[in-house]
Amino acid sequence: MYDVLIIGCGITGAATAFMLSKYRLKVGILERENDVAQGATKANSAILHAGYDPEPGTLMAKLNVRGSALARELCEKLDVPCRRCGSMVLAFSEQEEETLRTLLRRGGLSGVPELCILSGDEARALEPALSGSVTAALLAPTAAICSPWELCLALAETAVRNGTELFLETEVTGLTREAEVWRVFTNRGTFRSRFVVNAAGVFAGDIHDMVSAHSFTMGPSRGEYYLLDKCEGSRVSHVLFQCPNENGKGVLVAPTVHGNLIVGPSADTVEGNNTANTAAGMASVREKALQSVPDIDFRQSIRNFAGVRARTDRRDFVIEFPPDAPGFLDLAGICSPGLSAAPAIGEYAVELLGSAGLPLAEKADFVCERHRIRFKELSASQKAALIEKEPAYGRVVCRCETVTEGEILACFRTPIPPRSVDGVKRRVNTGMGRCQGGFCGPRVVELLSRELGVSPGEILQDRDGTRILVCRTKGGWEDV
Amino acid sequence: MYDLIVVGGGPAGLAAAWAAWEKGLRKILIVERDRELGGILNQCIHNGFGLHHFKEELTGPEYAGRFISMIHATGVETRLDTMVLEVTWDKRVCMVGKSTGYREEQAKTVVLAMGCRERTRGAIAIPGTRPAGIFTAGAAQRYVNMEGWLPGKRVVILGSGDIGLIMARRMTLEGAKVLACVEVMPYSGGLSRNIVQCLQDFDIPLYLSHTVTEIRGEKRVEQVVVSRVDENRRPIPGTEMVFDCDTLLLSVGLIPENELTRQAGIEMDPRTNGPKVYENMEVSVPGIFACGNVCHVHDLVDYVTAESLRAGEAAAAYVLSGDRAGKTLTVQNGPGVTYTVPQKIRTEGVEKNCGIFFRVNRVCRDSEILVTSGETVIAKYSRSHLAPGEMEHIMLPGVLLNKAEGEITLSVREA
Amino acid sequence: MKELICIVCPNSCHLRVDEERNFQVSGNSCPRGAEYGRSELMHPVRVVTSTVRCRGGAYPRCPVKTNRPVPKESIFAVMDAMEGVTLTAPVRTGDIVIQNICGTGADLVATRNMEKEN
Repeated sequence: MYDVLIIGCGITGAATAFMLSKYRLKVGILERENDVAQGATKANSAILHAGYDPEPGTLMAKLNVRGSALARELCEKLDVPCRRCGSMVLAFSEQEEETLRTLLRRGGLSGVPELCILSGDEARALEPALSGSVTAALLAPTAAICSPWELCLALAETAVRNGTELFLETEVTGLTREAEVWRVFTNRGTFRSRFVVNAAGVFAGDIHDMVSAHSFTMGPSRGEYYLLDKCEGSRVSHVLFQCPNENGKGVLVAPTVHGNLIVGPSADTVEGNNTANTAAGMASVREKALQSVPDIDFRQSIRNFAGVRARTDRRDFVIEFPPDAPGFLDLAGICSPGLSAAPAIGEYAVELLGSAGLPLAEKADFVCERHRIRFKELSASQKAALIEKEPAYGRVVCRCETVTEGEILACFRTPIPPRSVDGVKRRVNTGMGRCQGGFCGPRVVELLSRELGVSPGEILQDRDGTRILVCRTKGGWEDV
Repeated sequence: MYDLIVVGGGPAGLAAAWAAWEKGLRKILIVERDRELGGILNQCIHNGFGLHHFKEELTGPEYAGRFISMIHATGVETRLDTMVLEVTWDKRVCMVGKSTGYREEQAKTVVLAMGCRERTRGAIAIPGTRPAGIFTAGAAQRYVNMEGWLPGKRVVILGSGDIGLIMARRMTLEGAKVLACVEVMPYSGGLSRNIVQCLQDFDIPLYLSHTVTEIRGEKRVEQVVVSRVDENRRPIPGTEMVFDCDTLLLSVGLIPENELTRQAGIEMDPRTNGPKVYENMEVSVPGIFACGNVCHVHDLVDYVTAESLRAGEAAAAYVLSGDRAGKTLTVQNGPGVTYTVPQKIRTEGVEKNCGIFFRVNRVCRDSEILVTSGETVIAKYSRSHLAPGEMEHIMLPGVLLNKAEGEITLSVREA
Repeated sequence: MKELICIVCPNSCHLRVDEERNFQVSGNSCPRGAEYGRSELMHPVRVVTSTVRCRGGAYPRCPVKTNRPVPKESIFAVMDAMEGVTLTAPVRTGDIVIQNICGTGADLVATRNMEKEN
């Protein structure tokens, strides 16, 4: 019997598990995919927003400001790449300058520090690649970029180290409540818990409707992106937004913590979890981004992707106990600024669970640290010493990102080891570079096959059902 | 202190090291990131290599094998399973290896021979889902030829580059069904012999002026949609064909791998994506040379060899007799020419002839290749057939270069 | 009259073969082209390259080729014939894997050295 079961291990579920793992509780996470961070968490703009966007007084406003400060702190503690690079919202007309003033006012009310409005020339002095048509910009120095899937992984790993149980490939099929206990039915048996937290992302509406009267409707919104080669990575140094509109924060141009340039997203309403790229979506991203930064070289694109934001018709986060489902906490509608707000959502969820009767006794031995070796960031003497000690760090597997065999082998010894090629990629960056795994893919398959003790034919690209190889070549196989 | 460090033990690096040894250098090191020498040739098990250099038809591993034997017969040192992390302008080379650890070596000259990589789906922004079953042709080639695994059973190939064509035949021989080869340009990007032997022999249709406009399938590729394109390479609505397949191979071009080159501050040529080189393959930093696919993408290894021998000889000359000087000519692209290698010629360095590699930007028949200096045509070569997919080569007699000043221009005139 | 592209060398000469005039070839720039043009129409041949299983080497497959071209129609028979073969490292380039494969007169030979791995 669990104290709390969390459904979904995206950034929201992981942050909640992390916050709960500070207390003496039995907590489980049920995740239907074979890894954490598989929904919106792995496909978004990777920004920790300063917090001037949301309407003051909303949950979004409150949790964004607190959350992004917490997130920056956690990135530091848990060894997650994060850089406070600041952001600008660009105005191209008198009308948009008015929007900047509105955002400045909102930011002030929500307690966003250090905001100021720059003239077009002042903005260009800070960011020379900006278009000449930019007339003004709202500068937010506290905005940061981070690795969202690594933050999620770090939170989940730390929760697991502190005793949280993570069940992957475990899909919730139904819930019932009897005698103050929730029974959660899954493809891997039935779990029992006093409290259930719904952090199912795009599927949070489906989970909610299993236990409670329909009270919000999911309206998932797809965002398409370009990721550009590192040679474009220093094109800009701030996160550059356009003025927000009814469809969201518009198309941004930003550096990533991995040294690339990210451009996007588009915004269109889709059914369910449709993350396909479209010609129209990609074209609109290109066109809009060039308005902000005219010299982006899209020939340097190394990948397109799309993510689906778990938007609802409520226009705010849905964080509440539905009145007809005691002990069931919705953390739904966590669309932008969900990544920034996540740690604060987790904190707030704990507070709500506490006031609903969850006993919160702190652990004396809570571990809040995490380290991983990033070979390419080491100094020459550190590299030498490391290879001396563990020769596997001397073999570079991924040429583009300079990732060594040692780093790959190390990730199999973490609390949540990878189960697929992309699982390795999310942990150590193999295949993230310009050749997109063309070179290291076969080597990573070989290492996975060895570490997992299965045939290369069983190795998955990513999710369940994504086998890479079909069969042996002619002549079949003999143990040679 | 090494006389020469060669970065990369593929065909380019091997030829350069061998030539430098033949010219008298004795402290030579080849650094290779793979566990064996030979580079990409090891997975190119098909034949068709060596007709120019060895005057016989060899497979990739055989071609590599010959150079490996030649190197083993010299005193050239090789360090395998070792990756170069940095080359500095003053020729310090930092490398790491599982058995060799972290090392920094100083050299008098460096030859960059890192080869190239394949363009990926991201480079061409194909719409659709992102399931398993999308491979670059070279990655598929490695799985099939080295690891013994077939990456798919029903295959569509995008791009008619040579590796794609070779893989069409290879997958067919291994029992896969190759449904189509799709090329966005109105002409093939590969060698004619590969169109004949890899597609026509097996009745694999080649769709010129077509491209993949959508990939479908949630987990594994299930379908690809192919559309015809107009003269601006834009898909024409209403021309869609749907192929039921489990695999999409991409053979959409190669890009020279010049991370180390850029780090060293060497001047690059945006047309080749490689460093700008002189007639002896020296880059903008004296004593550093580049050859093979790192310099520009070749379609024949024989030409890589020829170019790399020149680089190796030049590295030896640099060590033994010092820097080159004298009159420098810039080679310009005239009409019809996409790029030239070398981009610069120091006339004193030209002995009898100066070889110039170049590519044309369209298919031409019965044409003249003109080398002009100002208004004067200094040399003229005729060709019955020119295509962008096939690298061209002229040998410019050194005496003619003496007539030129400042720059010479290479252009194509169709009859 | 048949048109075809010569594949003997990368020059890719555009050949014309006149079946009515004793397979006379034009458009070639060397005698080998003329020979190719004639033989391609009369009895086309190809070198087959593939891999066979290999035990004890660095890789599980060893590349092979037919040491001379075989009739085009026997390509798949040659592929089938090599299915049953397993080599054992060390293998040397040129080692005969199957003699006179499928009665074509060509031998299937290894095309690389495969050292014995410890």
